[in-house]
Amino acid sequence: MATVKLKQVRKSFGNTEVVHGVDVSIDDAEFVVLVGPSGCGKSTLLRMIAGLEEITEGEIYIGDALVNKIAPKERDIAMVFQNYALYPHMTVFENMAFSMKLAGCSKQEQRERVDEATRILGLGDYLERYPRQLSGGQRQRVAMGRAIVRKPQVFLFDEPLSNLDAKLRVQMRTEIRELHQRLKTTSVYVTHDQIEAMTMADKIVVMNKGNVEQVGSPLDLYDHPANQFVAGFIGSPAMNFLKGVLVTVSAGRAVKFATDRILPAPASAEPDGREVILGVRPEQLLINTLASGESPSTKPGSDEATARQSSVDFESGVEAKVVVIEPTGADTQILCKLAGNDVVVVTRERHTFRPGDLIRLNVQDGNTCLFDPMSGGRL
Amino acid sequence: MDNRNVLGALFMLPAAAILLTFLTYPLGLGVWLGFTDAKIGRGGEWIGFENYEWLWDDSVFRLSIFNTFLYTVVASIVKFALGLWLALLLNRHLPFKSFLRAIVLLPFIVPTVLSAIAFWWIYDAQFSVLSWTLMKLGLIDEYINFLGEPNLARASTITANVWRGVPFVAICLLAGLQTISPALYEAAAIDGATPWQKFRNITLPMLSPIIAVVMTFSVLFTFTDFQLIWVLTRGGPINATHLMATLSFQRAIPGGALGEGAAIAISMIPFLLAAILFSYFGLQRRKWQQGGSDR
Repeated sequence: MATVKLKQVRKSFGNTEVVHGVDVSIDDAEFVVLVGPSGCGKSTLLRMIAGLEEITEGEIYIGDALVNKIAPKERDIAMVFQNYALYPHMTVFENMAFSMKLAGCSKQEQRERVDEATRILGLGDYLERYPRQLSGGQRQRVAMGRAIVRKPQVFLFDEPLSNLDAKLRVQMRTEIRELHQRLKTTSVYVTHDQIEAMTMADKIVVMNKGNVEQVGSPLDLYDHPANQFVAGFIGSPAMNFLKGVLVTVSAGRAVKFATDRILPAPASAEPDGREVILGVRPEQLLINTLASGESPSTKPGSDEATARQSSVDFESGVEAKVVVIEPTGADTQILCKLAGNDVVVVTRERHTFRPGDLIRLNVQDGNTCLFDPMSGGRL
Repeated sequence: MDNRNVLGALFMLPAAAILLTFLTYPLGLGVWLGFTDAKIGRGGEWIGFENYEWLWDDSVFRLSIFNTFLYTVVASIVKFALGLWLALLLNRHLPFKSFLRAIVLLPFIVPTVLSAIAFWWIYDAQFSVLSWTLMKLGLIDEYINFLGEPNLARASTITANVWRGVPFVAICLLAGLQTISPALYEAAAIDGATPWQKFRNITLPMLSPIIAVVMTFSVLFTFTDFQLIWVLTRGGPINATHLMATLSFQRAIPGGALGEGAAIAISMIPFLLAAILFSYFGLQRRKWQQGGSDR
């Protein structure tokens, strides 16, 4: 087991730089997930750790050793590939024992270590089968078995679950997590699926366009996103972004929308009149049932009227028009239009709204965020 | 029900007629001629196995069998080795990759007779560019008689055949190489395989099905080769390069002995059948290629 350190790692293909100076440090026995949209450089980064891609600039340390110029096989790592990369002409046993065979281990040792791995993964009955004769989940396990038998210092996973169906994915997610708790091997896991990242990681590295946007624990990223990208990427359904202007009303700071309606804003030093984006998680929006069905009567006019109405609106909320209702069983997602913005509300209560209904939304206590509309940075 | 069957038979009729006219009839005629003493301009009479009995004692015929085997075995092995090597080279990331691939195909595209004439010129006793170059380099004192000495002539014809046959092998194997997932090599690299171990443990086994197909075709083409030999040597010197195909033609058409020529041609069939059977078993889907079932 070992730590992994990336110092100002850069990667260029020809003249195009795809990874721009990444610094990440991974502790011993930590499970780190690199997450980001496709093309963000996360797989390239993983392949550089594995030694499958050359490092254009910067340094990668595994343990205390600088591995920039070291061949993959010398790095003491094991990798699980997206398409498993099982050798199709070898049985499960031969697949798992291949590295040991190359290393010249005795038949006895090969047998013992494969047996140990198959016991952990429940693959005992399949040792004589060929990859073709296995289901996706079983192949995935064989690929992990091939990694386990090598007893590496670091496990690398390159989107290992993306070829599985949804149910199996959830199951394998748990299995990989259990495996890590059991073996305590430092792991680097690449995925584009933020739910996988949230559920599996000790630490998440969010990447975008070759840069690291934020590093932190799953809940840390969820509650305190560093910028609009992280806020929108982490969490499902995604955070709602509402464009408005900062104002101060009798009840405190607020964001005023184009319709003159307001929602409470978190404390910030930004001046009134500044254009901002208010980030609200879908579950932070509360449907004001008392006001639902009521049509708004107060017409915005004078400043005084706005202020009066604003203080009322803190209680009664802003109006929104229901567009689509998606019940998922445990909770319901309601897509609506709020002052020209698409907004998703997640609620545990069951409502009988229909598309076109007007509802009123309020912000529950919690961490709403303000972002700069230009830079996307958090205010 | 009846109607459907009749209709089905009707639909098959054109194909059956074409097959009968252009495949079964010539083959049947050849087989029949082999059992007659037909000469050009004179219909033959049935003489049973007399042609074959006579050929059995014919030293030239025996030599032609030996030549054919030598030609086929040596040329096929060299074609396979060179073809695989070329395919491996072309599978790498080279500059002008598609251009190089096109160039490799050239010998295959040029009509055989044309390339044979080119080789004839290259091998010519007086004007050979090879001899000229070697002379100028000071490596030899006199021009080499490439097509005049039995063993030299054999080597020369085999070389020409290899030159012509390599592109087919190379391009087919290249197609096979490209179906192998690069991830397998990456997995092997992490598993600690050296380049040779990757070739031995991944490339070769993954390529084996296509090698079986390509080499079967290559062997069949080489075994039945005619044009190249006929243009270069006409079987000479002293029958040293006579293949069964050229001998069959020479006896049947210039020699006029249609029956005997046909018998020689028919004698090739058992060997060809053996090659096909070999490939049939070689081509059977290996266990790892079979999907699905639990057994």
